[in-house]
Amino acid sequence: MRSRVLTIVLLAPAVLASLVFVYLFIAWTFYASLTSWNSVRPLNGILPDFPLVGFANYQTLFATARFWPNDVFNTAVFTVTFIVVSVAIGLLLSILLDQRIRGEGFFRNVFLLPMALSFVVTGTIWAWIFNPNTGINQLLDPLGINALREWLLSLSPLTPLWDLLDFLRIDILRPGLTTDSRSALGAVVVAATWQMSGFVMAMLLAGLRGIPEELREAARVDGASERQIYVHVVLPQLRPVLVSVVVILGYISLKIFDLVFVMTRGGPGTATDFPSIFLFVSAFQSQLWGLAATIAIVMLVVSAIVVIPYMWSQLRSEGRA
Amino acid sequence: MNFRNVPARMGALAAVAAIAFSACTGGGASPSASAGASGATGTLPSPASSGNLEIFSYWTAGGEAQALAAVEKVFNEQYPNIKITNAVVAGGAGSNANAVLAQRMQANNPPDTFQIHGGAELLDNWVNTNYMQPLTQLYQQQGWMDKFPKQLIDLVSHNGAPYAVPLDVHRNGVLWYNKAIFTQNNLQPPTTWDQFFQVADQLKAKGITPLALGDKDQWESLQLFEDILLSTLGPADYRSIWTGGFSWTDPKVTQALQTMSKVIGYVNNDHATLTWDQADGLVMQGKAAMNIMGDWAKGYFEANGWKPNQDFGWAPAPGTTGDFIVVTDTFGMPKNIKDPGQTIAWLQTLGSVKAQEAFNPIKGSVCARLDCSPSVFDAYSQSSMQDFAKDQLVPSEANGPASIPAFLTPITTAIAQFVNDPNVQSTQSTIAAACKSSGACSQ
Repeated sequence: MRSRVLTIVLLAPAVLASLVFVYLFIAWTFYASLTSWNSVRPLNGILPDFPLVGFANYQTLFATARFWPNDVFNTAVFTVTFIVVSVAIGLLLSILLDQRIRGEGFFRNVFLLPMALSFVVTGTIWAWIFNPNTGINQLLDPLGINALREWLLSLSPLTPLWDLLDFLRIDILRPGLTTDSRSALGAVVVAATWQMSGFVMAMLLAGLRGIPEELREAARVDGASERQIYVHVVLPQLRPVLVSVVVILGYISLKIFDLVFVMTRGGPGTATDFPSIFLFVSAFQSQLWGLAATIAIVMLVVSAIVVIPYMWSQLRSEGRA
Repeated sequence: MNFRNVPARMGALAAVAAIAFSACTGGGASPSASAGASGATGTLPSPASSGNLEIFSYWTAGGEAQALAAVEKVFNEQYPNIKITNAVVAGGAGSNANAVLAQRMQANNPPDTFQIHGGAELLDNWVNTNYMQPLTQLYQQQGWMDKFPKQLIDLVSHNGAPYAVPLDVHRNGVLWYNKAIFTQNNLQPPTTWDQFFQVADQLKAKGITPLALGDKDQWESLQLFEDILLSTLGPADYRSIWTGGFSWTDPKVTQALQTMSKVIGYVNNDHATLTWDQADGLVMQGKAAMNIMGDWAKGYFEANGWKPNQDFGWAPAPGTTGDFIVVTDTFGMPKNIKDPGQTIAWLQTLGSVKAQEAFNPIKGSVCARLDCSPSVFDAYSQSSMQDFAKDQLVPSEANGPASIPAFLTPITTAIAQFVNDPNVQSTQSTIAAACKSSGACSQ
């Protein structure tokens, strides 16, 4: 009994703080999104002195071309390519490191290191790297990188592929990545992938190490090749880790702001604009607080769609265990 | 002025939390903008000689902070017993500060006086919403009505009453050029867009980028467009287009957009990755010949060792001779402040020749008053002072703004997209629609 009281007393501050500073403010933001608080006016009590306008801000938002379809398109393309490429690279790295190679600790740290950087640093570095007129591009040009790139782009059987990548804004063979709306999103994906692949590798490597050696042994005894062992034995065992990785990467990409803001500010035009940048601009340049709150709520709902089923299944599996 | 500083801007995110937080803590305060206010009748307190004074500004960087310190020194010579507290909010050319200011004003906790751009930023945010005291009495007592240009007073006035004291004047839309390139190629700075295209073709043939542009932050494109718009519409229509007095669907706007799309053909190909100062860097390195920017570019050139009239020259943006796009920093007096007497003393000092002469040479701007001594200024500022005294004064959307803030984002986005994909028709109709839906055109 005493320990129960103690538990409540010890938990109370944390529960209270998150109730007030997380959930109350979410509720407040939702309320703000229903008002016409799109200019400056005195507060009335703790809430803005603006009439409720129902879902008018939501209608405005989805009638704004910058948000719908542009930002939604960018978010979808970015999320999918970022997750697929990061997982692919992370998986490859982790499988390579899992071969008990020499200097594993060194390589593991090298691959993991980018994650220790802030997205702001990553964004700045990659923005410099991608600038067509400075640094690395001028070094690479004499090596024939540009010729190779142009040759690939000129291959006519591949034209439909380049057109598709152009459309998705991820055609990273285009010159001047961040200056061309056909490739700018790809540039952001490259930077984000560079930073997060190491994290995926670390997660998956831990997962691989958790697979009992007996399983592989048994498969080998049954005459399975190394490839078959990975496809049929190892990968299915990695599924829970993979789900966690995808969910974590998913919500990172849904709320991405700092990396893009530093790299491109959403440009050229709105080619790499994301809801978070639109929110920032609406709130702090245009003082459209109601609209900004609306964007925040939409972002919250979309993230929730990704995270809640995951948390649900986690809680259920913990309950079972 | 426009040193839009990326990491600092991030601080605005923290401000979101601050707004929400104070919305809670400041909950008990009654809404007040309409309730307060002896100010409506126009009687102002007399200057106090002691006490506290809270100044709210975003001048935190190098020259700006030094310039403010110089004014504070002038003030404290006159009022040694008033203690100034400088509530600075760093960065973002004021976007962080604006967020904090909006929160404090709306929560009925205004600073004694705050720095704000003259024009719509002052009038639409704070004057039309009844947060500010009219300063007519102060202007009359000090005889300021004919010391500042009338069109500048108009930028801080509502219904004929001035609401702020302008401290400095920056000029936007100046054509900066690399003198060596112009001399070598025997060129004259263009005064019309037609001349610009001739000069640009000659430069292009020599392999020099004619016009440097750095529009990573997007307002730089808008600024280029507003210069072209001003040259196409002339000052009167340009002034009224921001408030709905001139239609965005007019054929002259089409013409301005067409000129703009032609100009984009003469800029550096990496413009989307550069900021304004990096674009000026291209001019310094001789990679580009010209840049159109506000006169804070002068500060950038001089800080990097370039000399006015030797290394770089200047002219009004093509087609805008006789017009002066004003970006002015002003201070006003909110209602319901703690220290009205001290604030009046501060505003009185700001409007004086002594304070303006102390402030502006350091800041790189010119006096808002017309009677400062040219001798304390450099060659560029002297020429700017002459133009300021005789030119038509018009506001800047990109650095002001000239319209209500709600119109700023849609027009900035539209122009940024236009630079990327110059579709005149759809851009024009997008801007026209945004002007209506944001309320900017229905004033």
